[in-house]
Amino acid sequence: MREPRIIVVGGGLAGLMATIRVAESGVPVQLFSVVPVKRSHSVCAQGGINAAKNLKGEGDSTWIHFDDTVYGGDFLANQPIVKGMCEAAPAIIDLLDRMGVMFNRTPEGLLDFRRFGGTLHHRTAFAGATTGQQLLYALDEQVRRFEAEDKVHKFEGWTFLSAVIDESRVCRGICAMDLRTMEVRTFPCDAVIFCTGGIGAIFRQTTNSVACTGMAQSALFQQGVYYANGEFIQVHPTAIPGEDKCRLMSESLRGEGGRVWVPRKAGDNRPARSIPEKERFYFLEEWYPKYGNLVPRDVATRAIYKIVFEEKLSLPGMNAVYLDLTHLPREMLDRKLEGVLEIYQKFVGPDPRDEPMKVFPAMHYTMGGLWVDNERQATNIPGIFAAGECEYQYHGANRLGANSLVSCIYGGMIAGPSAVKYARNLEKGCESVASSVFDAERSRQQETNDALLNQQGTENPITIWKELGDLMVEHVTVVRLNANLEKALRKLDEFSDRFSRVNLADRTQWSNQTLQFTRELGNMLILSKVITLGALARNETRGAHYKPEFPERDDKNWLKTTKASWNGGKIQLDYEPVDISLLPPRPRKY
Amino acid sequence: MADNTFIVRIKRRAAPHESVRWEEFEIRYRPHMNVITCLRDIAEKPITRDAKGTTPVSYDANCLEEVCGACAMLINGYPRQACSALVDNLEKPIRLEPLTKFPLVRDLQVDRSVMFENLKRMQCWVPIDGTYAIGPGPRMSPEEQQIGYPLARCITCGNCLEACPKVNSHTQFVGAAIINQVRLFNMHPTGEMHSRARLEAMMGPGGIQDCDNAQNCVKVCPKSIPLTESNNEINRQVLKHAIWDWLNWSQGPTERSEEWKRTGIQK
Repeated sequence: MREPRIIVVGGGLAGLMATIRVAESGVPVQLFSVVPVKRSHSVCAQGGINAAKNLKGEGDSTWIHFDDTVYGGDFLANQPIVKGMCEAAPAIIDLLDRMGVMFNRTPEGLLDFRRFGGTLHHRTAFAGATTGQQLLYALDEQVRRFEAEDKVHKFEGWTFLSAVIDESRVCRGICAMDLRTMEVRTFPCDAVIFCTGGIGAIFRQTTNSVACTGMAQSALFQQGVYYANGEFIQVHPTAIPGEDKCRLMSESLRGEGGRVWVPRKAGDNRPARSIPEKERFYFLEEWYPKYGNLVPRDVATRAIYKIVFEEKLSLPGMNAVYLDLTHLPREMLDRKLEGVLEIYQKFVGPDPRDEPMKVFPAMHYTMGGLWVDNERQATNIPGIFAAGECEYQYHGANRLGANSLVSCIYGGMIAGPSAVKYARNLEKGCESVASSVFDAERSRQQETNDALLNQQGTENPITIWKELGDLMVEHVTVVRLNANLEKALRKLDEFSDRFSRVNLADRTQWSNQTLQFTRELGNMLILSKVITLGALARNETRGAHYKPEFPERDDKNWLKTTKASWNGGKIQLDYEPVDISLLPPRPRKY
Repeated sequence: MADNTFIVRIKRRAAPHESVRWEEFEIRYRPHMNVITCLRDIAEKPITRDAKGTTPVSYDANCLEEVCGACAMLINGYPRQACSALVDNLEKPIRLEPLTKFPLVRDLQVDRSVMFENLKRMQCWVPIDGTYAIGPGPRMSPEEQQIGYPLARCITCGNCLEACPKVNSHTQFVGAAIINQVRLFNMHPTGEMHSRARLEAMMGPGGIQDCDNAQNCVKVCPKSIPLTESNNEINRQVLKHAIWDWLNWSQGPTERSEEWKRTGIQK
């Protein structure tokens, strides 16, 4: 029997898990990543990973985890796969524990669990406040072990440019670029698993890492892969605003007892700690007595927007609210949250143990992503699989905190074996595909590079990017008005037009980061339109998608998945029903 | 020079074999700037202070919150992360140079893959049987976790290697980051079962004997990892392992294999 050839693109949690599963089945893997995999954006996840282990005597169960997730996602997720994830989660925690993740422990030596948003149970396992980092390192170590055994071959510092798709519309490999030599090369394979993460760079003011550009998703979309629920963008309620990035202040701060408040009196500029308790407005606790500070992110973010922009109760001098930990024991803060507190101290200055933090919402996550089927993490193009944040299927209209790490790992666990199974069942492998198929794709990508490097334009890619981010944050995040979305679409067309006149300040052929960035930007512009068009069409309010003109969820017309496709250079929106076979939709009221 | 600007001097090299040149840029000051925002300003307008057009500066960066390790460079001569280097706290003009202990790629970009290779050589992992659902991991006391977790926060930035006098072209010294990882895996209940292989690698070329206790590593670690403590601990383990081995060598082979059986260690 011939040995299948598998490629994984992206080395965050989902990509590493997929790689491990493929290598474990005896099939060699080529792993591509823009950054050394240990530096992937998964390192930024702070608070923890959900699994209903029920170790706190609360009667938690995987069914309640499933219910919380579907309800938190406002019933837009296909339910059976979400149930599968919640059922697998406890064993995933055990696996990570066996890999050596330094999870926090109880006095009995068992895993400790903390509270998180959108649930009433202690369901979140954590390693200090750098859980994503610790999980990524554990998987990175396992992949390194396979690498030492020659089962994994890494291509770090390579960027994916396009899939190689043959005349029968089957994926036969990828086209990638070495970011040092700028060499464009094709790599034949039988199946590719994309685990290329988030799209935060589109919004610029984001908690995402630099590499989260959505370049691969956009390139695949333009090659015919469907993009689903693009309009669902999570804005995290608590981040440090910043010009280069917004730094996340984890939900775990509230999970461990942190409280959000503003002074009751507008313009009150007394130092925070001198404001008496009765003159503080703990608006989340007052408005949502059951969940308090732990309402889901979309709810908390809208509440902060209401306080700042409608009630005009923002902190003096900046759009922000207090996130207060000063009443909590220092020893606990050090033991459980140090990683986050350290970020605040390094980037802002004051010690959050002594002074309430000033935070504001920031774009954080995309619920939408590449469309995949409900069983195999397979896209609509044979041979292309996807897992992790780059696909759409686990979080519906809003993701619960600490569900992303589990969805990445679960998606990777499924994608690996299903890609192997697909590849083994192929009638003809990639080696029997004519070399002209690969040559054609390589030439197409090389020509794009050459055109960008040679053209003498007037537009600066970074300037366009900054304007793109401002536009998207203003009109396509928390509050969406149809008139503004239409305006945004016109602006996006203008950006595309300006992009065609882009001028590269670097035309060299060695580690040319300008060329790479410009290619990313071109892809960001297309994905921005998918997001904005989806938002314009969906005339309802559901999860993170909030339209004041249509303030209610409309199950009759909109309980359906948006499926965008690329139709000869035009974006087309279609819809498909959501699988609600396990939990009948009910009103979402926290 | 306008009041609300400052100068950034950058050591540049277009490729490893190209010649070095210094360029100066005048940057418009805004509150909360860091070195990354300076580099982005230059990328948007790559014009030097003496009005010469140049290329954007190449550098590595990803998370921008000091947890991915990518953006280490010499900032005013000191190895640190560019993202957490706030302009307000830096002496001006700000001087940026690439790390010197790693092969240069371009400008401020270097190749630190040697660190990942050494993690491989030192077998820095817990060898699990497989990803199948075979039950929970080993129990661990909260005290052990509180020792292990800080060690596990190493971001492989390379600052400790940069600052170490023994990391140079005459040695193969793996550096404190790697030694610290060996300590982490040797203390994990499962990892410990395989500590012998790691200690033997640590006794080989570039291992612990190359550390001469200059203690620069711990001073430049952005995560405040107790690196000198890890160096001492591994030194102790290697010594103990060597003596134990020597004592056992003086016994007969049967006794030796009995001992290995008892302790579960396979040579």
